[in-house]
Amino acid sequence: MTILTTPAGIATGAADALRKRPGADVAGSAFKWLLIGATVFATGFLAVLLAVMIVDGWDVLSGNLWYFLTHGFSQRSAGEAGVWQGIIGSLQVALVTGVFAVPTGVATAIYLVEYAQGNRFARIVELNIRNLAGVPSIVYGLLGLAVFAQTLRGFSGGTTAIAGGMTLAAMVLPIVVITSVEALKAVPDSLREAAYGVGATKWEVLSRQVLPAALSTILTGTVLALARALGEAAPLILVGAATGFMSFGDANMFETFTGPYTALPVLIFNFARQPGADWGVNAAAASVIILVLVLAVNGLAIYLRNRFERQW
Amino acid sequence: MTPEKALMTQEPDATAPEVMATAETVASQHPRIDVSGAAATPMAANRADTQTVFRCDDVHVYYGDFLALRNVSLSIAVHEVTAFIGPSGCGKTTFLRCFNRMNELIEGARVEGSINYHGVELYQDEVDPVEVRRRVGMVFQKPNPFPKSIYDNIAYGPRLAGAKRSELDDIVERSLTRAALWDEVRDRLKTSAYGLSGGQQQRLCIARAIAVQPDVVLMDEPCSALDPIATGRIEELIAELKTDYTIIIVTHNMQQAARISDMTAFFSVQANEMGQRTGELVEYAPTSLIFTNPEDPRTEAYITGRVG
Amino acid sequence: MSQDSSNLSAADLRTSAGRRAWSAGARWVFALAAVATVLVSALIIWTVASGAWTFISQVPFDSLTEIGWFPRRGLFDLSTLLVNSVQISVIAMLVAVPSGFGAAIYLSEYAHPRVRKVMKPALELLASVPSVVLGVFAISFITPSILTSFFHEINFFNKLAAGIAVGLLVIPLIASISEDALRAVPLALREASSGLGARKVTTSIRVVLPAAMSGLMAAVIVGFSRAIGETMVVTIASGGGDTSLFNLALTESGGTFTSAMAALGLGTDQVAGNNLAFQSLYFLGALLFVITLVLNMLGDLIVRRLRNKY
Repeated sequence: MTILTTPAGIATGAADALRKRPGADVAGSAFKWLLIGATVFATGFLAVLLAVMIVDGWDVLSGNLWYFLTHGFSQRSAGEAGVWQGIIGSLQVALVTGVFAVPTGVATAIYLVEYAQGNRFARIVELNIRNLAGVPSIVYGLLGLAVFAQTLRGFSGGTTAIAGGMTLAAMVLPIVVITSVEALKAVPDSLREAAYGVGATKWEVLSRQVLPAALSTILTGTVLALARALGEAAPLILVGAATGFMSFGDANMFETFTGPYTALPVLIFNFARQPGADWGVNAAAASVIILVLVLAVNGLAIYLRNRFERQW
Repeated sequence: MTPEKALMTQEPDATAPEVMATAETVASQHPRIDVSGAAATPMAANRADTQTVFRCDDVHVYYGDFLALRNVSLSIAVHEVTAFIGPSGCGKTTFLRCFNRMNELIEGARVEGSINYHGVELYQDEVDPVEVRRRVGMVFQKPNPFPKSIYDNIAYGPRLAGAKRSELDDIVERSLTRAALWDEVRDRLKTSAYGLSGGQQQRLCIARAIAVQPDVVLMDEPCSALDPIATGRIEELIAELKTDYTIIIVTHNMQQAARISDMTAFFSVQANEMGQRTGELVEYAPTSLIFTNPEDPRTEAYITGRVG
Repeated sequence: MSQDSSNLSAADLRTSAGRRAWSAGARWVFALAAVATVLVSALIIWTVASGAWTFISQVPFDSLTEIGWFPRRGLFDLSTLLVNSVQISVIAMLVAVPSGFGAAIYLSEYAHPRVRKVMKPALELLASVPSVVLGVFAISFITPSILTSFFHEINFFNKLAAGIAVGLLVIPLIASISEDALRAVPLALREASSGLGARKVTTSIRVVLPAAMSGLMAAVIVGFSRAIGETMVVTIASGGGDTSLFNLALTESGGTFTSAMAALGLGTDQVAGNNLAFQSLYFLGALLFVITLVLNMLGDLIVRRLRNKY
């Protein structure tokens, strides 16, 4: 090989070097396909999960769905048992959760963003919220059992949907606060200044400009938080949802907030721990129902967020 | 304006030792450090009967420990356009926001010294910034209409101030007319303000500001986000508005200051040994003087560098 | 029109009392809500601490190191639960970390923006799958359809299936935190690498991953904390929450901190008396609270430091 090359030689050499050689970057494509595989695994198992549950629960889903949805729990046989109480109970619990968590969470976010930016108390509250977000759900169950069901028995009536709802409210509180803080921070200061500039009080600025502007995002966060509560079972087990209804098969009693209650995920747990394949069918069928419910609520929230995402 | 009223405003001046008791000269109307007789020009004669809206003495503004603006003393006369000019970071916007206590919205901001508004010390506990802002309106750098209809943008302030529903239509029409926007939007009052062009939005913001019947309108570089044509219309508007309102405007654009203002204050910035940049008032004089015969070499350098 | 108010008094510059009162009152309402969130933490700490103290002060210490976890018989071997908790969480990490990291790298470095726009919400959707459903999935699919073909003798309830299911549950969390960490790496670093003629795979592995390392660490730590605290999957799939013998085999059932708590909770009406089994519930809660708190604070610290770095 000669060191000296004619200009033409350089040109042809360069053209060769620059040409894309098929199969040269084997490592690169392998890596890429590995990543795609991981992504497919990470997201694809939901499809597998749903398929398995539908197949396993097919007996109930295909023939008995209406009965299943409208009848209460029965210990006598799997074929007689339904999820009616669980659905009603979950709605009740979610309602109580919303009533407690949303005002508290949104108000806390307003305090953090609009009133107390960076002061010592605000920093304590922020740290506190971040830590609460990481507390395992079952620990909230202890709070619910000791405080909401026992200490506050006079208000909640013991291990009731109210106590369960308050427990989940404490659990989702950080989610509501964090999403609301994000929503409020996304409202541009120019909007606040415009309102202050024409002589609005702080409350007027908040209630008529900032909150309406942040509302759709706050709403999305709230829906996501409630969806989380809808699927949660562990804390409710400690607050009586698993045993509250065992001796009764009567759906009517679940229409009260201060009586024994259960929730759909707790019911699935109860189906799952009964021995026998027919109970497994119930567990799978109920799993499909809760999956559809939770995914629909979440999908709605995500859709709403993308739909109303505001560009300032 | 009646002579009595003109006389009444002399009272606070009379109590301030560093200011001469009469308003015979521009210099005494607008006290400043190192003001010499040079500012006393023919202009002063027809300014003798003006009232003082704001009188600032020795104003310092801090953000936390950081001194952003130092030692500003000047007076703003009624129904005039006063322009604040100067390089970036010279504190002119900071100073502007002192007049309606807007600086308080910034964490850690603190104003020292005295700003007197029609005989009332602005920075005292008995004064509510909310009412100050009602009387001293503001127009911002970027048009910032509320995400509401054109109508509701204008009606927002009057509603807060307790205007009756029956009065609102009238207020909206009057404000939009005054802001030279009525003819363009009269058929779409209920549509979103975001549908307007940038220049229209800014005029909407001016209409919104004057809808609460303020006394003063502060404008913080109101044309910086607009094209030349829209800028021209805003400037025309400012010239019309000054018959009813006292206007203080911050601008980067010196031709603009020269075109529209009666008085001009030039601010400059100095860095201390720690590198902190503090703004200060260099010169305050009738606009015609500032641009033709600046007294301070820094003013001259700035003006010639940018205009010449 | 503008007021020709030459001289005003301070009283003129006051808003109506009603408007001021509303505004001042609102501030206190919001502050009160913030206090309430702190109160929630305080109550949690007080609840688990006082319950745990009752347990500690009464339990004979050698019962904490006996053969297994049999609360109703007064045997509270913590190492049984600890080992099971850690085993299951480690399995979960083995499932979740490769797949979570892989998905994160793909979405951050390779995916077309349009793909990303679909996949990010999909991951969020996955994060909302109720854990009971994954528990059912473990006993109805993972063990019978997958694990039985690899292991001849495997308990219907086993730690391996529980760990895999917990892993599936934690994937979205890990993917999401790591994706944030990867995207926090400045574009300039990637461009510098490509500018030197590095291939995309080299840039990703040699430049982007090391730069995002602390964020990826945080993802693992926070994911581990979530796995340790996961209750329903383990309770359904691993069994052994009510009673369990010390056991290292992954193919056997075994109770964890959380499933032991759930099991005690299921019997609350029977054990609610002044009885050590019930108090052990709070003791486990306290342990779990402290472990997850330490892990989360560590993860949080790392994430914050990363945020300051760029």
